[in-house]
Amino acid sequence: MWLYEKKLQYPVRVNTTNPALAQMIIEQFGGADGELSAGIRYLTQRWTMPTNQGKAILTDIGTEELAHWEIIGTIVWKLVKDASIDQIKGTPFEAHYVNHGKSPYPHDASGVPWVAAYINSKGDPIADLHENMAAEQKARATYEWLINVSDDPGVIDALRFLREREIVHFQRFGEALRIVQEELDRKKYY
Amino acid sequence: MEVDIMSREQKLLLLEIMEYSFALVETNLYLDTHPYDERALKLHNSYSQKYNELLSLYEAKYGPLRYTQMSGCPWAYINDPWPWEIDFNVI
Repeated sequence: MWLYEKKLQYPVRVNTTNPALAQMIIEQFGGADGELSAGIRYLTQRWTMPTNQGKAILTDIGTEELAHWEIIGTIVWKLVKDASIDQIKGTPFEAHYVNHGKSPYPHDASGVPWVAAYINSKGDPIADLHENMAAEQKARATYEWLINVSDDPGVIDALRFLREREIVHFQRFGEALRIVQEELDRKKYY
Repeated sequence: MEVDIMSREQKLLLLEIMEYSFALVETNLYLDTHPYDERALKLHNSYSQKYNELLSLYEAKYGPLRYTQMSGCPWAYINDPWPWEIDFNVI
């Protein structure tokens, strides 16, 4: 089960109301390589992971991704919560606003809603851990594009933190892959 | 303009808890794939001790961050601010 702690993993500081930027950041709330995909992907793969190291890393990184999803939702919220209608009209956030108001919603920056087809759980630990390593690199790249289009120092600070986490997760999944591979090799007999 | 209901003291303590909590996330993930690393374990255990001390201190003063903790009446877990409402620009 899960135990909620009433705190963010990283303090979110947003300097200026900016609905247009919120619409871009929402890519990581409900986009293909976003935090929701990451969390659901890793937590779903746990049942067929053969080693304890692998089970632990899927559980704990999956859980951390949900904390990142909360950080992204908080960035989006802080960018729009004080926005007037005039500040929203004519921005890319306007289409989001007419459906969801100021609530975050899991869709990508273009408005395409999140679907489970973004993730896989193949029932094969080698395939799954490779998917996860690729997913971490794709998320890292997304954070770099987001940093490139952001001009809010607080938002950039949080995005940099989240980008670093993708690199750490990639490293840990690589170690888990090596451990699983060794375990599978050890079980082979000739 | 909303009124900031958190004192500077409360925010600083929460930030310190967040730092230890994050350090524990890091040692946890590392230990998941390096369970025999005694140096990392020592680090993890010292962060764990400090984290639990600060959490108890915070919760005694400002109310539960976790629903598993005790509370006076009324149930203080629901009190604001919720994590997305805290203004970390002003400390």
